[in-house]
Amino acid sequence: MSPASRNGVLSGEFFMLGDIACAEGAICAGCRFFAGYPITPATEVAQRMSERLPLVGGIYIQMEDEMASMNAVLGASWAGVKAMTATSGPGFSLMMENLGLGVMMETPCVLVNVQRGGPSTGLPTLVGQGDMMQARWGSHGDYAIIALSPSSPQELFDLTIHAFNLSETYRAPVLVMTDAEVGHMTEKVVIPPVEEIEVIGRRKPTVPPEEYLPYRVEPGELVPPMAVAGEGYRIHTTGLTHDERGYPATADDTAQWPLVQRLVDKIEKNKDKIIMLEEDGLDDAEVAVVSYGIAARTAIWPVQMARQEGIRVGMLRLVTVWPFPDEEIRDLAGRVEGIVVPEINLGQIVREVERCAAGRTEVLSVPHPGGGIHDPQAVLRAIRRAAGRKAEA
Amino acid sequence: MELKTDGYRLDRTLETHAEAEGLRGEIHGRHPMDDLLRTDRLPHIWCPGCGLGTALTCFLSALLRSGLDLDKVAVVSGIGCTGRVAGYVRLDSFHTTHGRAIPFATGLKLGNPELKVVVFSGDGDLVTIGGNHFIHAARRNMDMTVICVNNFNYGMTGGQAGATTPVGGITTTSPYGNYEYPFSISALAAASGAVYVARWTVLHARRLERSIVEALLKPGFSLVEVIAPCPTGFGRRNRLRQGLDAMHYYHEHGVIQHGADPVKTDIELEGPVIEGKFVDGEKPTFLEQYRRQLDRLRGA
Repeated sequence: MSPASRNGVLSGEFFMLGDIACAEGAICAGCRFFAGYPITPATEVAQRMSERLPLVGGIYIQMEDEMASMNAVLGASWAGVKAMTATSGPGFSLMMENLGLGVMMETPCVLVNVQRGGPSTGLPTLVGQGDMMQARWGSHGDYAIIALSPSSPQELFDLTIHAFNLSETYRAPVLVMTDAEVGHMTEKVVIPPVEEIEVIGRRKPTVPPEEYLPYRVEPGELVPPMAVAGEGYRIHTTGLTHDERGYPATADDTAQWPLVQRLVDKIEKNKDKIIMLEEDGLDDAEVAVVSYGIAARTAIWPVQMARQEGIRVGMLRLVTVWPFPDEEIRDLAGRVEGIVVPEINLGQIVREVERCAAGRTEVLSVPHPGGGIHDPQAVLRAIRRAAGRKAEA
Repeated sequence: MELKTDGYRLDRTLETHAEAEGLRGEIHGRHPMDDLLRTDRLPHIWCPGCGLGTALTCFLSALLRSGLDLDKVAVVSGIGCTGRVAGYVRLDSFHTTHGRAIPFATGLKLGNPELKVVVFSGDGDLVTIGGNHFIHAARRNMDMTVICVNNFNYGMTGGQAGATTPVGGITTTSPYGNYEYPFSISALAAASGAVYVARWTVLHARRLERSIVEALLKPGFSLVEVIAPCPTGFGRRNRLRQGLDAMHYYHEHGVIQHGADPVKTDIELEGPVIEGKFVDGEKPTFLEQYRRQLDRLRGA
């Protein structure tokens, strides 16, 4: 390991494992607390954090399970520290209840899911993207969530930093939905100089404790400033439906409406600022491939092949999967003759694409149950079908 | 204000809250503990005869006596009747999910080691659903004081059996008598490595308060188990109909035995309640161990 700068940023060019790039991204973002539990294929994130955090003034703790990990992360965030955990399918399931607590208490933190094949123990060492709907709806009740999907170790590094910035900006848990391929892929990763890395912190209250209401937002705002433990504000927060004081208000729906609506609105009404998409060759496209993560990366070759065959095909890569880019997909559906959606599950995000396309164009799923990446030929065949070409042998 | 003769109403609307607020001011003025309470949240939800009020009062007096900086004290609760404590104290306070107060508190403490972190929750929360976190925090000697109010049942959900219900105890889910062996919370803590373990009934309030002071000032994982009546959920089905009946029971069956072997502190139905300070030791805390290993690395 080359010497890190004073604030822990390991600037330079590396040949680096995705999971390790994720850990380095967290350290660049100012993460100084990691609580986790070993699970393939996310273990290397924890290992790297256990090695790095003590050297930069942070704390690594291996908890007794993923429920504990998620809670410890929330606790650390309420102590004022940027905090993260990393897991995979089974652990992600165990974190769901307390992901909801994080949403309800409006706790900035980052949860990385290095997805593997499921359901249940499934395929521990092999890739999957079957947790995408769980990412959206996995905790009970209504809420909105931000989920990012990197396609390379470099992007896993970049998006981990960005996930922290989003979580601090919107006071919400942010999910990095990567997968076993990207997490276990070793590639070139460039860690920029410290001054080139944008790091955002949470907004603090500017009023004295006696005037501070922890869940009060000013008119026109959706995210309340956050005081943490030990600052003299004597805050109270709860997983129960609460009023502006943070006090339980469970007798009827008077507090439920404004609270839950705001929790959803602060994400949904900031979609323009949150959603990141990558477009390639969509201007004159007759067919669009809509994909994310490693599945989008394996779609690059079939897109190129189809173009050589004369099919005008473009690609829309969802860097942000949640909140979903409804308008962009709706707009795309009005311009193309077909949309092809490869993903390593039996059809999750394709349902969202169908919803937005609303029958205006044909939507073709290219499913894969997990355990490997797509056969590029399968994607190519779907592109041909979408373009109205006869399937070729 | 019209009050029913039994002294409480099931239907407490916001109006009666406001009325109660006014009445309280009129009747007895401010309570000495009011500065430590979120008085705008009172009256509390606890039933007449419940031991939680006493446990909370003992905690607050202990807190004042401990001399700790109250801006640096954080209280974390889980779910349940005892779990509501976090909502009543005018301190940094966190009402978390069922069973998970301890890991949340672990994050708080490690995120800001200057904090004195207190977990205040019930037996069902801490040693049934949250039992794994309880033993692991004790094993790590994580720096926190756990106050566990043990009323032998799940009160808030209507008196169900849990991991502390004595054999034979009648609850709404053990209508013919509980057939599972219970945990002794104190024994569990001691066996898992807690450096301070004490148990008191709410009858022994002064002793309880003194133990909480000691626990608050003890570095590492300290446990104070508080035996408390739950007339609504447990007592009325087990020959302790009123809170007062339980207090008589504690008076007659409480056996103060400092230094008792925690393994021999099981609480049986209609048996003695062994109480006292069982463990008072010292060993480096989690953070001291963490720093010790790092210092070794730096020295090398």
